[in-house]
Amino acid sequence: MIVAQQKNIKDIAEMVADAQKVLLAGCAGCVTVCLAGGEKETEVLAAALRIMRKLQGNPLETVTYVATRQCDPEYIEAMDGLVKDVDAVISLACGVGVQYLAERFKDKWVVPALDTKFVGGAVKHGVWEERCGLCGDCVLHRTGGICPIIRCSKSILNGPCGGSQNGKCEISKDVDCAWQLIYDRMKALGKLDKLMEIQMPKDWSKARDGGPRRAIREDVIIG
Amino acid sequence: MREVKTESRLERLLARGEFVVTAEIGPPRHANAEIIRHHAHMLKDYVDATNITDCQTAVVRLSSIASAIHILNCGVEPIVQMTCRDRNRIAIQSDLLGAYSLGVRNLLCLSGDHQKFGSEPTAKNVYDIDSIQLIYLMRRMRDQKLFFSGEPIKEHEPRFFIGAVANPFADPFEFRVARLEKKVEAGAEFIQTQCIYDMERFERFMEMVRERGIHERAYILAGVTPLKSWRAAKYLQTSVSGMIVPDEIVERLKKAEDPKKEGIEICIEQIKHIRNIPGVHGVHIMAIAWEEVVPEIVQRAGLYPRPKVEG
Repeated sequence: MIVAQQKNIKDIAEMVADAQKVLLAGCAGCVTVCLAGGEKETEVLAAALRIMRKLQGNPLETVTYVATRQCDPEYIEAMDGLVKDVDAVISLACGVGVQYLAERFKDKWVVPALDTKFVGGAVKHGVWEERCGLCGDCVLHRTGGICPIIRCSKSILNGPCGGSQNGKCEISKDVDCAWQLIYDRMKALGKLDKLMEIQMPKDWSKARDGGPRRAIREDVIIG
Repeated sequence: MREVKTESRLERLLARGEFVVTAEIGPPRHANAEIIRHHAHMLKDYVDATNITDCQTAVVRLSSIASAIHILNCGVEPIVQMTCRDRNRIAIQSDLLGAYSLGVRNLLCLSGDHQKFGSEPTAKNVYDIDSIQLIYLMRRMRDQKLFFSGEPIKEHEPRFFIGAVANPFADPFEFRVARLEKKVEAGAEFIQTQCIYDMERFERFMEMVRERGIHERAYILAGVTPLKSWRAAKYLQTSVSGMIVPDEIVERLKKAEDPKKEGIEICIEQIKHIRNIPGVHGVHIMAIAWEEVVPEIVQRAGLYPRPKVEG
């Protein structure tokens, strides 16, 4: 899933300083799971902004709505009626949701309440870690199911580099060396010989380096 | 005598079986080359070639290639270090074509320290290719006259003597020799190691190198770094990833009346020891911010005068 974290509330308040009435739009997708932009977080943020503005002597009116997903046009259409009456929309979705709202509500000031961090998952309650670099050309079959593109700080395809010590990366003792993990797993699977093959340079044109990407499924396109 | 494929003096010396000496110059954090020339003149008669670091520890410094030209003009053969941290494959190729055109003949390919602890921690890291891919592509550029893309270079391909680094002190230890072999398979012709303090581990490493016959396919230069104080030793021991410094070295420096003198003594002992390890073809002295000590170390380690190269 996409993992996001809420911005500093002062920064969010600053973005809507001119508004008298705002819509806070949560999302029931990934950001609900990572506890950043679901129903609860949306209500809490709305209350916090109201209190802040009241203390400043400039009260703010809020309405809230949680879309099934903000990354699908059909689920944001339902907000049309609510958006009409507000001065600004604060999206608690990932960057995709914010853009979908901005695209649909062309005359509204739409701002992000979250920083979209990475694609990953929970490793324990309250802790999420990055797992996929979205490179568009998966290499997990060559690296024992551990991604060196995003989990190695240098995206090395022929690791580990000389900064690996005691299983940790040179950047921090809190970061596992992805190549130590790859080595351990390949060893356990009896496939260390695979690591002796020189991995050729990656085709980054399949990643964001090739420009904005688009995925097409001709067979399901309607009209 | 092994086959010589480039115009590198370093390669010729290694090919004829000399025990070579290389050193390292760290460029300054400003735009004046005087200190580089000063160090070059000082090292000139005591080393066979000198590495120029490429923004080591990710701290912005005068460029490696520009520094290499300064030392070349002083009569010292440079080994240009090229990291994968800061340049994509377009910039790397362009810079190396330029370096060769200016007379650089030795290239050391490295991943590079991550920028997190450097002078620009908010920078984007590039890592378009990794060090092994860089070795492979530069070797292919020389031997098959191809750009990284596979397009032919019609004429004047750069013909570098290609080096790589090895760190016997990083983990997993049992894969370190395998990865070194991978670098040699990719095309590395000389290897410079991380600075050695744990001699026992280095000897085990070299044993594995000999078992695989890697020393017959690439020249191995053992890295040493003289220490100025026990604090410096402690710092390397505890704060630098991929380094092992035994406690006895820290203690020896702590007890010493003159720690700098003791640091030099330790380094000389290390070189004398390393020289007797089969499969080691030279020593690489990384006197970090202490370049002026290199002549004394070379002399007292019995490595002076340096051999001459004809032509």
